[in-house]
Amino acid sequence: MDTQLKKNRISPHRRAINLLVHLLLAVLAIIWVLPILWIVLTSFRAEPGAYTTTFLPQGYTINNYVKLLTDRNVLNFPRMFMNTLVISIFSCLISTFFVLSVAYSLSRMRFAFRKPYMNLAMILGLFPGFMTMIAQYFILKSMGLTEGSGIRIGLIVVYSACTGLGFQISKGFFDTIPRSIDEAAIMDGATQWQVFTRITLPLSKPIVIYTVMTSFIAPWVDFIFAKVLCRANADQFTVAIGLWNMLQKEYIYQWYTCFAAGAVLISIPIAILFLYMQRFYVEGMSGAVKG
Amino acid sequence: MNEDRITIRAALRDGDLFTRLSAVIMGAGMLGHRQVAKGILVLLFEVLFWLYMASTGFHSLAMLPSLGTEAQGKVWNDAKQIYEYSAGDNSQQILLAGVITCFAIAGILALWILQMRHSYSLQRQIEQGGEVATLREDLASLFDGNLHLTLMSLPCLGILVFNIVPLVYMISMAFTTYSKEGEHLILFDWDGIHQFQRVLNMNGNIGRQFWHVLAWTITWAIFATFLNYILGMVLAMVINRKDTKGKAFWRFCFVLSIAVPQFVTLMIMNIMLQPSGAVNVLLKNLGLITEPIPFWTNATLARVTIILINLWVGIPYTMLQVTGILQNIPAELYEAARMDGAGPVRIFFKITLPYMLFVTTPYLISSFVGNINNFNVIYLLSGGGPTQVGDTAGQTDLLVTWLYKLTIDQQYYNLGAVIGIMTFVILTVVTLVTYRNSSSYKNEEAFM
Repeated sequence: MDTQLKKNRISPHRRAINLLVHLLLAVLAIIWVLPILWIVLTSFRAEPGAYTTTFLPQGYTINNYVKLLTDRNVLNFPRMFMNTLVISIFSCLISTFFVLSVAYSLSRMRFAFRKPYMNLAMILGLFPGFMTMIAQYFILKSMGLTEGSGIRIGLIVVYSACTGLGFQISKGFFDTIPRSIDEAAIMDGATQWQVFTRITLPLSKPIVIYTVMTSFIAPWVDFIFAKVLCRANADQFTVAIGLWNMLQKEYIYQWYTCFAAGAVLISIPIAILFLYMQRFYVEGMSGAVKG
Repeated sequence: MNEDRITIRAALRDGDLFTRLSAVIMGAGMLGHRQVAKGILVLLFEVLFWLYMASTGFHSLAMLPSLGTEAQGKVWNDAKQIYEYSAGDNSQQILLAGVITCFAIAGILALWILQMRHSYSLQRQIEQGGEVATLREDLASLFDGNLHLTLMSLPCLGILVFNIVPLVYMISMAFTTYSKEGEHLILFDWDGIHQFQRVLNMNGNIGRQFWHVLAWTITWAIFATFLNYILGMVLAMVINRKDTKGKAFWRFCFVLSIAVPQFVTLMIMNIMLQPSGAVNVLLKNLGLITEPIPFWTNATLARVTIILINLWVGIPYTMLQVTGILQNIPAELYEAARMDGAGPVRIFFKITLPYMLFVTTPYLISSFVGNINNFNVIYLLSGGGPTQVGDTAGQTDLLVTWLYKLTIDQQYYNLGAVIGIMTFVILTVVTLVTYRNSSSYKNEEAFM
């Protein structure tokens, strides 16, 4: 009764604050959504070129999408799409195995190089990624993976080889699973392998899905390794380099609206994956912190 | 018996014939102690190692000190009327082969130590009348007690070949003359710490640029990390307020921007903020400006723009990450503070922020490291520009983007490697200092 009275008394003040908060959120939401809306509108724009004199398009067309998906002479988008798909499927399989294996070993097994490994992973993470990139290129070159279709294998290797260093989130999640479950299974005669595959993995669905998705997305959004490795081999381009190329001086006038179309096309599946993955992401993060 | 406790000296002193023999013929100790398959495998490794050393290894090691001397020859062949090229030494390949050989030697040494200890331990087991593990048991243990060996060998191999070897190779480049300066791209020599002196010398051209880039890198990392952190936290709290309506909708609006690949949004932002880009057009059409705003050509404006756009990119991420943790803050703390008459601002600085800092220090450190190494934002937004005439580093270049320019664009590989090492040193210092001063390190008790 007393609290009820209090609430009613401060209600006008509260209402003003609520109004302000919602107004602020609306303004912020516009700032965050506007660029995305603009790129969607640009992808349907009839006038070519990167720069126009009006903010909104004068006319609308779907020709940008048609050109993007059918023009195979200059920048072959369907081919880039297939390249990226193949690369991301393979690197996703390898990296998921690597990440989960390392995370499980570090979380559940005790062995001599466990601590050294974790320290080493932290130290290696402090070096800028490019330090290794150039040398990786030379190593791949000596393996013959920088010419022709070898580039694709090279990219799969580059994207997945070092993923064993990114175990932290999965390990944090595994740490939160009670050890008594494992111990009970081992008492019943299960091997560590059986504990890993039949107990830990089924209990860790959020983090498995999170790992699969992040490693699947990586090749779609990286362009710098792909650019260094592909150089001028246009038939090996991934989507990201293709899009980046569309904004270079020689293509931008003809291809800018197609770039927008391509950006929308690859953003839709990634956005869906991400929105789906989001809750696992939050669960994984808070699990890691609590553990 | 624990194999880690066995010293090589003990194995050599007290070992029987087979154990001592394995100092020369690796695997002999296992062959003689009823573990034939493992012995053969280890022996095979030794044979492969010596084959490798004989074919290229010794040559690579011998070439390492000089890094090659033979320049590529060009001889005019009068009969054919063409220049004929004779293959010279390629220092870069020699260096790489030398580094790989060093790793091969280190690897075989490690294997040697392991097999010596194992041989001696097998010998002791037999002497004490025990059974040695059969091949079947060893294989079975790879899926049970030794599962970590099965699970981690491939990931470790990947890290060794594609991270550690490349890193050592790049680090060694810092001590050479491998650079386009002075045409040392094919043949180069060891150069000591000369390049480090150049980078650290404030009076030289390179040194002056280094200190400028370093100052901006640290400013950037501090702004990017803490503004994103605090504002993201405030946003999360505003959305999660009891009285906020449509929480899911607001969250969706912000999360949408993460769902679009970052490089796409960054490239779009770059185009939108060009002199004749959408933002200037919009402002002009609204009559707010007459001249386009030089977002990317004015150094100060470019820096502010980059930090602001990074807020656009980063705030939703922080919001997503801290939402769960914010809800873990004990409600009694807030109740008590409100009872004592604390306002929302005071509560934020006295309760929310200290609690969050306590829980998320590791996250803050890793996001600081991520920002120092944040290549995408700078490279795709400003490309490091504007650049003053005669400089290789632009006004908004971070150490990483400068490293990229120095190696990929300019081919100053040695300078690039030095910059990479300096970045590492700075990050190590920052990480250690923050971590040691953080409350979660000093006081491991729960937050109260």
